[in-house]
Amino acid sequence: MIGRMGTLLARDLARLAFGGRRGGAMLPILFFLAVAMLYPFAVGPDAPLLARTGGGVIWVAALLAAILPLDRLIEPDIELGLFDQWALRGISEEWIVAVRVLAHWLSFGPPLMLAALPAAALLGLEGAALRTVELGLLAGTPGLAALGVTVAALTAGLRGGTALSGLLVIPMAVPLLIFGAGSLSTGGQGGIALTGAVSLVLLAIAPFAGGAAVRAARD
Amino acid sequence: MQGVRIAATDLACRRGDRVLFRGLALELAGGEALQVAGANGIGKSSLIRILAGLMRPFAGSVERAGTIGLIDERPALDPHMPLGRALRFWQRLDGAVDNQLARLGLAGLSDVPVRYLSTGQRKRAALARLIGQQAAVWLLDEPLNGLDAHAVALVEALVAEHCRAGGIAVVASHQPFALAAMRRLDLAEFAA
Repeated sequence: MIGRMGTLLARDLARLAFGGRRGGAMLPILFFLAVAMLYPFAVGPDAPLLARTGGGVIWVAALLAAILPLDRLIEPDIELGLFDQWALRGISEEWIVAVRVLAHWLSFGPPLMLAALPAAALLGLEGAALRTVELGLLAGTPGLAALGVTVAALTAGLRGGTALSGLLVIPMAVPLLIFGAGSLSTGGQGGIALTGAVSLVLLAIAPFAGGAAVRAARD
Repeated sequence: MQGVRIAATDLACRRGDRVLFRGLALELAGGEALQVAGANGIGKSSLIRILAGLMRPFAGSVERAGTIGLIDERPALDPHMPLGRALRFWQRLDGAVDNQLARLGLAGLSDVPVRYLSTGQRKRAALARLIGQQAAVWLLDEPLNGLDAHAVALVEALVAEHCRAGGIAVVASHQPFALAAMRRLDLAEFAA
């Protein structure tokens, strides 16, 4: 079983992180940086204001960047018949969704944390605030990945599924955003711990909700 | 392939508001082959999916003994990947077995992305995937679509070999499928 999961993970990473023509992990990261770059242009070069609000902007940008790859998380594999072939080989949808969450996180979580460094520089975030943002992203992005894969599975096969999945992710990501961005104003610890807790709940639900959704899409 | 068997009793299939067929029963043991015939839309693909366990029947039940291999209109190969890599993914899941690329006329296409392959080549690639799976029960939904005469003969030979080795083959096709001792099931007889 472990070997099979490794094979699945390798394929998922090849598609999601290095997915060549469709941008792979690059596109959401560039989008994230673009938002961080546009914000100072929009509100003006007021350094204290930027430093005070910059953490929140990074969180909103991260949430929006996480929505971009949703349409290629689950649906293409259903259309290609891959889920059917996996089912015939006794590989359960739950396992596949769990592996997909891990691959999705690896392809956008760590790159996002790296991209947060130049973004923080653009917004004038330094020292403790930057550390809080990075730790918050570390705690929050796994939850975003789990949420993204779950919603992608739920909306697979629906007309206009991509736009709908974006709209569905946003309200469900609000707790992550409140605790994650909120940890900036309260100075860390508690908010980050709560962000991690929300992430863990989402991670625990994702394989089962996503697996059931893929099976339901079959009929 | 000991104890290979697939049996269905009193199957009915409903799509939307329409019942496509009802009261269908079949039983196949190792070495047997069955052609499911019938006009378009009569439920051949649905029957194959029900037999595969991918679709719930409206009524009735299916018993299976043995691993199931399925070919349908989707090759289940990543369109952007070169054929060799796309097939290697399945070989890793199934355990490396020679999937007879040369015999299927795919030996020179390993570096070609799957989306550049023709319909017939894609079908043959799906066959390579099926051979590598070494499944006991072959469920083939329109396996001859898009194939030239030479490839049709090849598929017939592959199915014959599979049955001789003790496997089961269920072929849903509106085209004639030349195979000695193949039973025939006309879905029109069970149409509701």
